[in-house]
Amino acid sequence: MILLGREKPYRREMTSGNLAFAEAMRQINPDVVAAYPITPSTEIPMKFAEFVADGLTDTEFIAVESEHSAITACVGASVSGARVMTASSANGIALMHEIFPIAAMFRAPIVLGLVNRTMGAPLNIHCDHSDSMPERDSGWIQIYCEDAQEVYDTVLLAVRLAEHRDVLTPVFVCQDGFITSHCYEPVEFLSDEIVRNFVGTREPFWPLLDVDVPVSYGSFVMSEDYFEIKRTQLEGMSNVPRVCGELSRELAFVTGREYGAVERCMTDDADYVVVVMSSAAGVAKDVVDSLRGRGVKAGCLRVRMFRPFPYDEVRDVLGDKLGVAVLDRSVSPGGAPPLAAEVRTALYDCPRRVPVASYIFGLGGRDFFPADAEMVFEDLAEGRSGFAGYIGLRDKYARGRRAV
Amino acid sequence: MSAVNLRELTRRDNPLCEGHRMCPGCGAPTALRQAFMGIESPVVVTGATGCMEVSTTVYPYSAWRVPFMHVAFENAGAAISGVEAAHRALRRRGMFRDGIKFVAFGGDGGTYDIGLQSLSGALERGHDITYICYNNQGYMNTGAQRSGATPRSASATTSPAGAKLPGKLQKQKNLTEIAAAHGIPYVAQTTLHNPTDVIAKVKRAVETPGAAFVNILVPCPLFWKIDPADQTRICRLAADSRFWPVYEVICGEYKLSYEPKKPLPIEEFLRPQGRYAHLFRAYAERADLIKEAQSDVDSDWERLKSRCG
Repeated sequence: MILLGREKPYRREMTSGNLAFAEAMRQINPDVVAAYPITPSTEIPMKFAEFVADGLTDTEFIAVESEHSAITACVGASVSGARVMTASSANGIALMHEIFPIAAMFRAPIVLGLVNRTMGAPLNIHCDHSDSMPERDSGWIQIYCEDAQEVYDTVLLAVRLAEHRDVLTPVFVCQDGFITSHCYEPVEFLSDEIVRNFVGTREPFWPLLDVDVPVSYGSFVMSEDYFEIKRTQLEGMSNVPRVCGELSRELAFVTGREYGAVERCMTDDADYVVVVMSSAAGVAKDVVDSLRGRGVKAGCLRVRMFRPFPYDEVRDVLGDKLGVAVLDRSVSPGGAPPLAAEVRTALYDCPRRVPVASYIFGLGGRDFFPADAEMVFEDLAEGRSGFAGYIGLRDKYARGRRAV
Repeated sequence: MSAVNLRELTRRDNPLCEGHRMCPGCGAPTALRQAFMGIESPVVVTGATGCMEVSTTVYPYSAWRVPFMHVAFENAGAAISGVEAAHRALRRRGMFRDGIKFVAFGGDGGTYDIGLQSLSGALERGHDITYICYNNQGYMNTGAQRSGATPRSASATTSPAGAKLPGKLQKQKNLTEIAAAHGIPYVAQTTLHNPTDVIAKVKRAVETPGAAFVNILVPCPLFWKIDPADQTRICRLAADSRFWPVYEVICGEYKLSYEPKKPLPIEEFLRPQGRYAHLFRAYAERADLIKEAQSDVDSDWERLKSRCG
């Protein structure tokens, strides 16, 4: 239950995804932030450093010398008992990779703002999901936000979710680099008091700093016991759907906005559904609206939570459709694109076979236009399935209006 | 520090307890147990991946009577930074005890090489920590590979002495000087030649506010190919031959802690060690390399002496 205070409960401002994240951090007032600059997430620690310099937080801000040290210092602080946050992108995420499974196994409830950017080479600073997708097996919760408002709301949720004693699992709060992180849009911020009442303070389990109850973290474990220990970690992840649902409803009580693991747009009676993540869902949902105006039974399913993956929800939405298109913003060279692979897995247990067409789009920040989404729906109406091509590509393998 | 004190200290519970699985004669646990004798306050320890970390935490046991954390190989400096920062933040919220000391340790692989960046970051940021390098001059946990701390001519498994190459071709880097160049308030270099020296130096390191670095030369009987019983003897030879000068840098001021009255030739340090056996083969003695080792020692000593003013 959240107590509404004397402050004005809401204020509406033009802001960006990065600045909304940083503002949430200021309000949460974490104990420790350790971060390193990388485009496009740099603004988050930069803005937060301003808050620290102006005395608006009590946070110990550690401006480290690399992302590897950023996540390591976060792990050290989190295991110590502190509430810890950081942010990064692309190569920074890749450099942190070694430490992600360690953080997850330590049950260190770190919240990381992951501003999606493509992995070089060639060097490119714009959005795709090639940085976060390789982390899907690292043991972190992955939530993908569509816009700045959702980023703000999700950061608040993520702190409680990560620290919940049935979960104790770190969280990536993902947003699309530049598209969401740098574009200004209206965002409704809660008052500091409401935020602080919602997030509370962390109550750590087995904190390293308790010198009266010494514990050892990161021991050497041979084959006799490793498997059992690893399995206990997976329990935290399996509790996420229940806990996240409870916390989302609690947060929605004050924000009026509730997010599920998936967002359904006109899917109930749809014949054809496009499945997509993050900011591109905005375009897809617009096209659904206009197709509905023309009598086409189109729908859009936005997958918000990628880990744990909402197999049941996806199956419930898509199980009776005439055609489904899955749009991936990353590739898995030599294998199925990550979102398409998960959607097909979800659909395998359906009594009826649902045709799934898989597309790659938006690599390196390539724009995704309404005409692209319309083309996908046309493909579905023609019965297309299997790998269906690259949207927005300019060479002979292209699908869509920019084909040569 | 008097001998009476030392006896008392050995009777006290050490943060690193007995029954760990380090090899007989290994200098690393000796160094750390001596180091902890110099710390009166409650202590939290982080360790880089390596022999010490692996052999003291074999599940379901832990040889640590104090809070201990190992994250990975190259990041003990960053891990202890996070712990120390968390302590400052959480003390403000009234949590945990005041006056906790923060100690990170790593072998020379985790400190000179893969962990150098993380160490440098921690020293530059000035966390109130003490970093102890137990330096056996190579990667022992993986089987005696050469590191940036391996001295010239030593035979290691990735710089083996063969028909053509006489062991490692390069001189070791001087990490103590690199640490001192960070301008931190306390840097020291020592070995196991005299237990009171390690104790006194670590005591000073933890009691100095800010970042401190202590580099302790320790033998690995398997790599150095010495009798495990010769741990102290070989360390005395390292100090007496001036191969491993024992000194401190206190707020930039260099101070020799031990000056051998009659310095021994480097040969006295090299000859007992199997890792230099190829320099002393009958009819194939490498007098040239022994001479080179002596000139390395002499030039380093002269430079150190000039800094000591």
